[in-house]
Amino acid sequence: MKVLVPVKRVIDYNVKVRVKADGSGVDLANVKMSMNPFDEIAVEEAIRLKEKGVAEEVVAVSIGVKQAQETLRTALAMGADRAILVIAADDVHTDIEPLAVAKILKGVIDEEQPGLVLCGKQAIDNDMNATGQMLAALTGWSQATFASEVAIDGDSATVTREVDGGLQTIKVKMPAIISVDLRLNEPRYATLPNIMKAKKKPLDEKTAADYGVDTAPRLEIVKTGEPEERAAGIKVGSVDELVEKLKEAGAV
Amino acid sequence: MIAASLATSVSSGLGEEAMIFGQTDEHHMIADTVRSFVEKEIYHHEELVERTGEVPHEIAQEIKQKTIDLGFYACNFPESVGCAGLNHLEFALVERELGRGSMALTHFFGRPQNILMACEGEQVERYLMPAVRGEKMDALAMTEPGAGSDVRGMKCAAVRDGSDWVVNGTKHFISGAEHADFVIVFIATGEDQTPKGPKKRITAFLVDRGHPGFTIRDGYKSVSHRGYKNMILEFDDCRLPAEAVLGEVDGGFEVMNTWLYATRITVAAMSVGRARRVFDYALDYAATREQFGQKIGKFQGVSFQIADMITEIDAADLLTLASADRLDKGLPANREIASAKLYASEMLARVTDAAIQIHGGMGLMDDYPLERFWRDARVERIWDGTSEIQRHIISRDLLRALGA
Ligand SMILES: Cc1cc2nc3c(=O)[nH]c(=O)nc-3n(C[C@H](O)[C@H](O)[C@H](O)COP(=O)(O)OP(=O)(O)OC[C@H]3O[C@@H](n4cnc5c(N)ncnc54)[C@H](O)[C@@H]3O)c2cc1C
Repeated sequence: MKVLVPVKRVIDYNVKVRVKADGSGVDLANVKMSMNPFDEIAVEEAIRLKEKGVAEEVVAVSIGVKQAQETLRTALAMGADRAILVIAADDVHTDIEPLAVAKILKGVIDEEQPGLVLCGKQAIDNDMNATGQMLAALTGWSQATFASEVAIDGDSATVTREVDGGLQTIKVKMPAIISVDLRLNEPRYATLPNIMKAKKKPLDEKTAADYGVDTAPRLEIVKTGEPEERAAGIKVGSVDELVEKLKEAGAV
Repeated sequence: MIAASLATSVSSGLGEEAMIFGQTDEHHMIADTVRSFVEKEIYHHEELVERTGEVPHEIAQEIKQKTIDLGFYACNFPESVGCAGLNHLEFALVERELGRGSMALTHFFGRPQNILMACEGEQVERYLMPAVRGEKMDALAMTEPGAGSDVRGMKCAAVRDGSDWVVNGTKHFISGAEHADFVIVFIATGEDQTPKGPKKRITAFLVDRGHPGFTIRDGYKSVSHRGYKNMILEFDDCRLPAEAVLGEVDGGFEVMNTWLYATRITVAAMSVGRARRVFDYALDYAATREQFGQKIGKFQGVSFQIADMITEIDAADLLTLASADRLDKGLPANREIASAKLYASEMLARVTDAAIQIHGGMGLMDDYPLERFWRDARVERIWDGTSEIQRHIISRDLLRALGA
């Protein structure tokens, strides 16, 4: 089985995000970018499937600007076998919307015929949480979202999902799209030999046009703003006072 | 050309990888991987090491094993001995990121002395291979109570007895010797009369811990790098066989010059990494601490310090990577390495001092690690050749050629 893992280049989770002065988005020029942490978990899971002999090949794909090549090299250094870069924008500030990404991924799936797609449940930049679901709709494949445990058994997969009330276990038919959650695994560090090998692994370059997908945005971002500053707290002297203050604030 | 490979340098911000130096994706991945390793596997043990002055055995073993698993152990050694074979630039990136963490702990992210590549015959299986596999740890001893900068002034001497050598003398300030299974020791093996006076001949020896007549004992308590101890080595009629000689008899300076040439880059690179860690504290504090109703970073007296700090850090980073790159390109680099070591270690002193100034009184309290960075910075200007010795190297390199 071949596993396809879409990975997105996003602003590093350690970086303090700066909103652009005109409110059109956040400043991405000259800041550290990394692989979306949820996608790292997806890559890790795919590599584990390969190590267990469940998967034969792990293919990482990224859709975006040319610089996403670095993100793919990270996936290759972690252990993916090859990578596909679909260039869909020139400006690092252009975010390709989930539907366009899903359509391009559908094109990649048609070409590559993987048995499984493992993707992050969302990207930490815009938190859309939509690409996996849209891709399932476009392909007609089963979907299992927010996975915290994945077991592949021939032509079905048992997936534990993190839902509001706790955990839910479902069984889906393969091929499937599985979107992964934070607790599925702890991604490995790239080993030094794998970092050095990553350069030699194949990285194919394509464009959105190769898949006949129009990536023009359908959504309009009206405004991007800073999160509200947290108001200063107060110290309370006793439990009674705490309860009183909470009541005053309408919190209890 | 280095200048041509200088790409844009990324503006700094919290948690950001700072410098791009004609670097490839691999360079970034190497630096990123080591950095996250240090952040995740080293930082959380630092307080314990600071408090106790010791690295617990289990923690040391854990760091070592993880480094081995990652394929980073002895990454300064070539592929011919089963290691990663990083070049000088790549290795400088590793050292730079390790410099962020406590030296007592990063010691176990093992980088044995390159000089072990001079091992021959049975020495290969006895010292070189176990060292690069992480089975044995080494230490390197030149300095004596009476011979620091003036290495040739050493008194520790070996006298021939048949095919053996009998050694007497003392070494001090020997880092990492408490963990060492064997020590590479430079010992005087004779004296030549020259027009400038007597000149010692020096030989490198490999000496096992526990060898009769050889004692490793506790040294002094240092203000810098708590937990990264320095030890005293004593030789008391210590008998060493001919096979203990590393390189040629009387060839100590040759092995030193061949292999220890580049170690000053390590001090420079580590100073840069540590300075970047310190800088992030200073930047964050300047952006959040308020006095007189505004962020202190709004006062030029503070913000200009920030500007000077990052300028010096970037300059030291470039100087360091450029000197490593010269070695990789086979260009003469002695002066450039000396400049990098000199500038980076002195930069670290200024940056840690400024970081404390920006933090005000809190900077001195051990609630913050700043006082530690400030103490740790002090030794960088002393070991691996003092600042004065580096200035000597730099100026001689320029003036000797002019006959001055
Ligand atoms: C914590 C620590 C760990 C160390 N670890 C090791 C180790 O593992 N192995 C090892 O072999 N050594 C080690 N050293 C020794 C270190 O390399 C020496 O301390 C250093 O070379 C300086 O020697 P010294 O301390 O004897 O100072 P000295 O050489 O006595 O210098 C005293 C002062 O005189 C100045 N001076 C000396 N000569 C000149 C000159 N020609 N021109 C101008 N100024 C001069 C120096 O710059 C300095 O300011 C360590 C030192 C420390 C502090």
